[in-house]
Amino acid sequence: MNPIPTCTREVVVKLENGLHLGPSSQIVQLAQKFSCEFMIRKGERKVDGKSMLDLLTLAAENGAVLVLEARGADAEDALQAIAALFERNFVTDPPA
Amino acid sequence: MEVRRGIAVAPGVAIGPALVLGSEDFRIPQRFIRGDAIETEWGRFQAALTTAVAEISGHEELAAARLGQQYGAIFAAHRQLVQDPKLIKDIEDLIRQKCYSPEFASSRVLRKYAKTLQNLGDRYFAERANDLFDLEKRLLRHLLGERREELTQLTAPVLVLAHNLTPSETANLDKKFVLGFATEVGGKSSHTAILAGALELPAVVGVGSFLADVSGGETVIIDGNQGTVIVDPDEETLSSYHDAEEKMKSVAIRLNSLGPLRSETLDGVPIHIYGNIEFPEEVDHCLERGAEGIGLYRTEFLYLGNDQEPSEEAQYSAYAHVVRAFPNGPVVIRTLDLGAEKFPAAMQEIIEGTPNPTLGLRSLRLTLHNLPLFKTQLRAILRAAVEGDVRLMFPLVSTLLELRQAKMILGDVIEDLEEQRVPFNPKVKVGMMVEVPSAALMADEFAREVDFFSIGTNDLIQYTLAVDRANPAVANLYSSADPSILRLIEGVVRGAEKHNKPVSVCGQMSSDPIYIPLLVGMGLRELSVTPQSILEVKQAVRSITVAQAREILDRAKTLDVARDVESYLRGEMKKLSPDPVL
Repeated sequence: MNPIPTCTREVVVKLENGLHLGPSSQIVQLAQKFSCEFMIRKGERKVDGKSMLDLLTLAAENGAVLVLEARGADAEDALQAIAALFERNFVTDPPA
Repeated sequence: MEVRRGIAVAPGVAIGPALVLGSEDFRIPQRFIRGDAIETEWGRFQAALTTAVAEISGHEELAAARLGQQYGAIFAAHRQLVQDPKLIKDIEDLIRQKCYSPEFASSRVLRKYAKTLQNLGDRYFAERANDLFDLEKRLLRHLLGERREELTQLTAPVLVLAHNLTPSETANLDKKFVLGFATEVGGKSSHTAILAGALELPAVVGVGSFLADVSGGETVIIDGNQGTVIVDPDEETLSSYHDAEEKMKSVAIRLNSLGPLRSETLDGVPIHIYGNIEFPEEVDHCLERGAEGIGLYRTEFLYLGNDQEPSEEAQYSAYAHVVRAFPNGPVVIRTLDLGAEKFPAAMQEIIEGTPNPTLGLRSLRLTLHNLPLFKTQLRAILRAAVEGDVRLMFPLVSTLLELRQAKMILGDVIEDLEEQRVPFNPKVKVGMMVEVPSAALMADEFAREVDFFSIGTNDLIQYTLAVDRANPAVANLYSSADPSILRLIEGVVRGAEKHNKPVSVCGQMSSDPIYIPLLVGMGLRELSVTPQSILEVKQAVRSITVAQAREILDRAKTLDVARDVESYLRGEMKKLSPDPVL
């Protein structure tokens, strides 16, 4: 049986207020679209990336280094998409 | 079983299931659910959740459209929070495995997460705890929905337990279903207490924090005689209370037979018994029990609970209602006696920030300062006086000057009414409350200038002994049996006799049967009592002769402390009156 791949990706929080409600909300919204398991690690702590409450308790401040972890078929895609959020500093897309 | 002590404010015992009202805007009626209700309760939670989510989405759209995307995003975040799988799983677990009600479970879980956030040490994230509290309120609102107005949607008998009950909530309690109530805060002279007495609902206040330990639906005993609240009583306690209930019922039946009987001593001396009322509705209780009139109509309640002062018409209507119920007896209407704690919103500015409101601008002093208010009330009383034997009474009179000022204003009002050709009774008898020690000491002077006295023992005792009876630390110093009080009352009776003016006693002292021999012995022939006490007082009156009363008075006067006087009086009453009422 093939082992299920776990992909990881490192990101940095570049938001003045850290990973607050707005960004967390975007992460969760996006992550829930994928079927894989999705976790975010800060140092020793690992939380469920699909849970707003969990993310909030991570209290990722400005400059924090986080490790995104995904496990499942679409893990790569998930990480790609979510990392992109971090890269553009969670600027929301302008309304269509 | 847990027994909590509070302040008994209305006698009687109530036994039944608890209805617990929370102290915040939302009320958790029940903490636990029955095992067979789990599926329906879970369903109810899911429905509430769906509605909450829809509501938030609505806000989101509106905010995004009107204010911009980032505002909408805040609601989006809330929406996600409330649908967080962890949150929902935690709530579900509590409901299914611990039988928590959805309200209780939601509240618990959201608060748990809020606490975690608050403990993060990062201020921003800690503030997010407020988002969770907000969600809690929203969810509870949806869960409770139609059930929010528990007090008005009762379908079965309950005992209401709350942090506090506002006067209007208390006044609106449906006696068909509410058997009694208990609150965590509140004192003996609070409105809630007075209202409970007027409603004749067993009540205990000032129990302290206890709501957290009661679940909705649990059996509770409210003992308004002892001032205790018993949660989840054991078998033994329950059956002893049921026995007591039976005994009370038979005593009540025997007392009721006294209704039509004359209120006179064993040797035929009439002692007139009147009723003290706060609401026109209490007149029925007085009539049923054979009261000969109203000795004290406390008009404050017309002013409470509203932001506006009651109009002349509204007052006239209330007074006339009472007067018509007693076409053959006196109705004594007391002008506004608002105490410091009773001010409605509109008048707060006047007394704001005074350090000692009880000794300050209240009652007669307030009305002398607010002529439009005073005159409106006087007009209404004079007009209602057309329909019967209405007597007007001024509260808190402390000097002759005050009394004369009040009478002068009354004179002005009479002139106005005459000029305006409004029907009224110019020959209304005018009396005063004797409750300030200065008035008691100068009773013979005051007696010249009024038509009658009514001794307000409650305040007289407080002022004379310098005791706040609502303060549990010193409340034991307050006693109607204090020798100083007996001496003062006798002085008032002598002073009134000098000028042939009638005196009645309208404080709680006259509602307590043990004091009847004392009062009768001193020469009092008019008592105004709470409606619940009318029959007991009548029974006490009918069990003594005036000579016996004088003997008891003389003996009581030889005792020098209140406690001894009280014990003595209790002993005498037991001998005279066969029925020990609990």
